Amino acid sequence: MSKGHARLEKNIILMAVFIVVAVSLGGLVEILPLIFGTQVTTPSEGVKPYPPLQLAGRDIYVREGCYNCHSQMIRPFRSETERYGKFSVAGESVYDRPFQWGSKRTGPDLARVGGRYSDDWHVIHLVNPRDVVPESNMPGYPWLLENTVDPELIQRKLSVLQTLGDPYTDEEIAAAADAVNGRTEMEALIAYLQGLGLTRSGR
Amino acid sequence: MLNSFWNWWVVIISVGSILACWWLLHWTKGVSDESNEKSGTGHVWDEDIRELNTPLPRWWLYLFNITIVFAFVYLAIFPGLGNFKGFLGWTQIEQYDAEMASATAAQESVYARFRDMDPSALMADQEAREIGGRLFGNNCAMCHGSDGRGAKGFPNLADNDWQWGGSYEQIMFTLQHGRIAAMPPFAAVVGEEGVPEVVAYVQTLSGQKADAELAAAGKARFQMICMACHGMDGTGNQALGAPNLTDDIWLYGSDPSDIEYAIRNGRNGKMPVFGNTLSEDHRRLLAAYVMGLSDS
Repeated sequence: MSKGHARLEKNIILMAVFIVVAVSLGGLVEILPLIFGTQVTTPSEGVKPYPPLQLAGRDIYVREGCYNCHSQMIRPFRSETERYGKFSVAGESVYDRPFQWGSKRTGPDLARVGGRYSDDWHVIHLVNPRDVVPESNMPGYPWLLENTVDPELIQRKLSVLQTLGDPYTDEEIAAAADAVNGRTEMEALIAYLQGLGLTRSGR
Repeated sequence: MLNSFWNWWVVIISVGSILACWWLLHWTKGVSDESNEKSGTGHVWDEDIRELNTPLPRWWLYLFNITIVFAFVYLAIFPGLGNFKGFLGWTQIEQYDAEMASATAAQESVYARFRDMDPSALMADQEAREIGGRLFGNNCAMCHGSDGRGAKGFPNLADNDWQWGGSYEQIMFTLQHGRIAAMPPFAAVVGEEGVPEVVAYVQTLSGQKADAELAAAGKARFQMICMACHGMDGTGNQALGAPNLTDDIWLYGSDPSDIEYAIRNGRNGKMPVFGNTLSEDHRRLLAAYVMGLSDS
């Protein structure tokens, strides 16, 4: 009689079924229960949806690829919490779509960068990082000073997020355009950075 | 915590997949018979290269079985099966807390010695200076520079000019609570013709050359408006963080355009709060280190 491996290796349909089962097991166990659970969808204390200007800043953060070099997740190790502050918890990222945890740190973690530097420092640093940190290899982003935020777009983003379940009120959405009108991308990005991690950092 | 359905979902799929691995291994491990082993699969290339059908090596089979046993042992002692905590009772948070506690204990033995020392003793202590220097590099160098000499907009800590005061107590206060310097915009107050006048007068305060007529007009304005913070003679006020304008140390540059910018738009220097992120033990060593920067 033919042994199992011969049957498996010669029957491509059976092989395909086994492969699909094998690769989906991890996701079924590790991802699916979290989608339906409350542990990672409940905001931790004090975490609110981003105000319009910060939301605009977040999208600039994503657009400029900041996540390529900066993570936003402090792991529960002493070496990390001594440097960056309290470790991150899932409830801090519930309004991040997508989350900015990242997995690569060419630059430092930014999960608790809010309040760590002054706004002026951020302006100088984002235009040319070497003006304040001579050893830095971060690129400059001088165009952020010239571009302004599109107010209408932010209003639409807020209403999309509302339909996705973020608790924005209709009044907040109505006021969103005015809140960002005429603000530069630099202001928006700094507002976003200065708000990062405040609920648990104690700053 | 997972609810009952998802708990069993995780348990059943996890255990089931390990058992399925074991079944798969034993379903596929053998060859059908001796003759098959010798004759191979029947695939022949280049006239005499035949693909054989030999059983899996023993050592490989044993390794596979060991990984299966390992998986069950792991799931029994560590958390992994749904809500089951594992027999060891290990948690990530407890391990973190233990790590922090042992570090705190280790630090305690280092820092205990410094608590009885006054600032001048701390400044003289080699170990305190080294720790202070490392703390400075991690927390302060991004603005004040790794040598403490600052940058435009960020005070030089290595000179003897202090915006908020250079005593131990004042530096400790700065570290704990931060500082916010607020120079408001004055373009509307001094008027369009007043701006160049005040610029000229501020230039003369520190001995720079400027148009005498403008400076004279600027002096009147300065002593009406700017004196509130910078003082009648322009020597500043440490309680308000208002810089001394009569020396040649310039936080934002001494160029007339820099001075004009400050008058038109104001300046808002901000020292962040470190009271919540650095312990008093750390801040004391930092303060002593910063004092030592300008001492040498």
